[in-house]
Order: sequence, then structure tokens, then C-alpha cells
Amino acid sequence: MIYLTRKIEFSASHYYHNPAWSEEENRRVFGKCANLNSHGHNYVLEVTVGGTPDPVTGMVLDLKELKEILEREIMERMDHRHLNREVPELKGKVPTTENLAATIWDLLQPKITRGRLHRIRLYETPDLFVDCYGDGR
Amino acid sequence: MKLHLTRRYSFAAAHRLHSPQLSDVENRRVYGKCDNPFGHGHNYALEVTVSGPVDPATGMIANLAQLDAFVHREVIEVFDHKNLNEEIPAFRAAVPTTENLCREIFSRLRPFPSARLERVRIEETGLNSFEYAGEDLGS
Repeated sequence: MIYLTRKIEFSASHYYHNPAWSEEENRRVFGKCANLNSHGHNYVLEVTVGGTPDPVTGMVLDLKELKEILEREIMERMDHRHLNREVPELKGKVPTTENLAATIWDLLQPKITRGRLHRIRLYETPDLFVDCYGDGR
Repeated sequence: MKLHLTRRYSFAAAHRLHSPQLSDVENRRVYGKCDNPFGHGHNYALEVTVSGPVDPATGMIANLAQLDAFVHREVIEVFDHKNLNEEIPAFRAAVPTTENLCREIFSRLRPFPSARLERVRIEETGLNSFEYAGEDLGS
């Protein structure tokens, strides 16, 4: 099995808020992330696909194809967007790195038809990242 | 789907690699300049990886403020700007290699109450790193 990783960067804004809670409770749990005026990050996403290289092309999958999938599914949806307000897949969820990584996994997994999506790693900052693996890991 | 959350920290510490079970000549041969009796130091980077179910109310595996406070109390305050050989009891007997440091830090972080500790990874310098995920004790 060969693993291939492609990296993209996108910038987006968000805030953390649970509507079932009081403002005080939101502030206590989420700290400064609860600021309803929002803040933002430069997210870095690493997408790793595993597979056996095609004997003719020597490729697990065509990088161009992966680039297009990432452009369409992630960049167009999330780059320079407000995650709470503009990304329907996150509706009703707190856009934490965990929930964002799981959402990205669900968007990409059915689109990767050559090879198999092995892992995504989503950095919110250089000091915080979430890895997402499939069940058959 | 399985999610792992990783947080990165740093601390600076001094150490000397020297085994009392080896002669001075052997220590010098095995550890080279790391055996310098006056010690030397590193900027260590520590990655702590935890896993667990995402709480639907918070969207989180573990509250980061809680994780940060725990790691600071159990590791950073204990190790930062310290001499590992002199000030960490575990390294009176064991050589403070990054391998042993991984084990020591893993055992200090293992009791984190809000999520499962999956792994610690330590960069001793930008050029070498070590990972420890605990011993698999079977079921």
C-alpha cells in the first residue's frame, strides 16, 4: 500500500456557541471562541489516500483529479467563508476542529473513488490538529 | 470514523546521557558529546494526542482549556527550565534519553480524565522525534 498526501490551505471565520446555553455558560465553556463577532484561522488540510499504484501510470490516483476534488468540495465551500453561517453541512453543529474534520471526511470520502481515503489531518493552528480515520483503519 | 485531537507544547530542559552501568570509556563511546559531565539542553516540542467521542453539546473530544491546564500542571511546569537528571525523580535511575522521556511523560498524562491518551510524540530537536503509544497489554 502506498499513501499519497496532498495539502491545501483555506482561511475561514467561525465562533463557538451552543444556543441551548446561556451566554455565561457559552463563555465559561468556549472562552474567547464564544465571541459572537467571530474570529478566524488559516486552516491547513492534509488529505492522505492509500492504494496500489496503477501499473501503467505508476499512480495511486491522478493528483490533478484529487486537486479538483479538493477545490470543488473544500475550497469553494469553505475558503474565505463563515463556517457557522455559510457552510450548510455544519448547520446545528459547533464548528470545532473535530466537527470540521468529520464534515470534511464525509464530503471527501465518497468522492475518492481511486484508492481509499486513509486519513485527513486538519490544522486549526500549528499547535492544534485533528486526525480523522475511517472505521476500517 | 475515528478522531484524534493533537495539541503541541514546548519546554526547554537540560540533561546528560550517562549510564551508571557503563564505564566512563563506554559512556563516552555510546553517548558521545551527550555524555558531557556539565550537561547540555534542548528545546523539546511535545505533541499530545487524545481520542474519544465528540460531545454533541460542545463539538469537542476534550475541552482544550482543561487539556492545556492538565499538561501544564503535569508536564510543562515540572520539566520546563529544569535539569532532567537532577530534578525529575524517574531520571535518577533511568537515562534521560528522549525514549525514556516519552515513557515518563506518557505515564504522567495517562490519568487525563476527559479523554483517552493515544500517544505522545517528542521532538528533541527539529531533526529527531520519538513517539510512544503505551504498551499494548492485550485484553
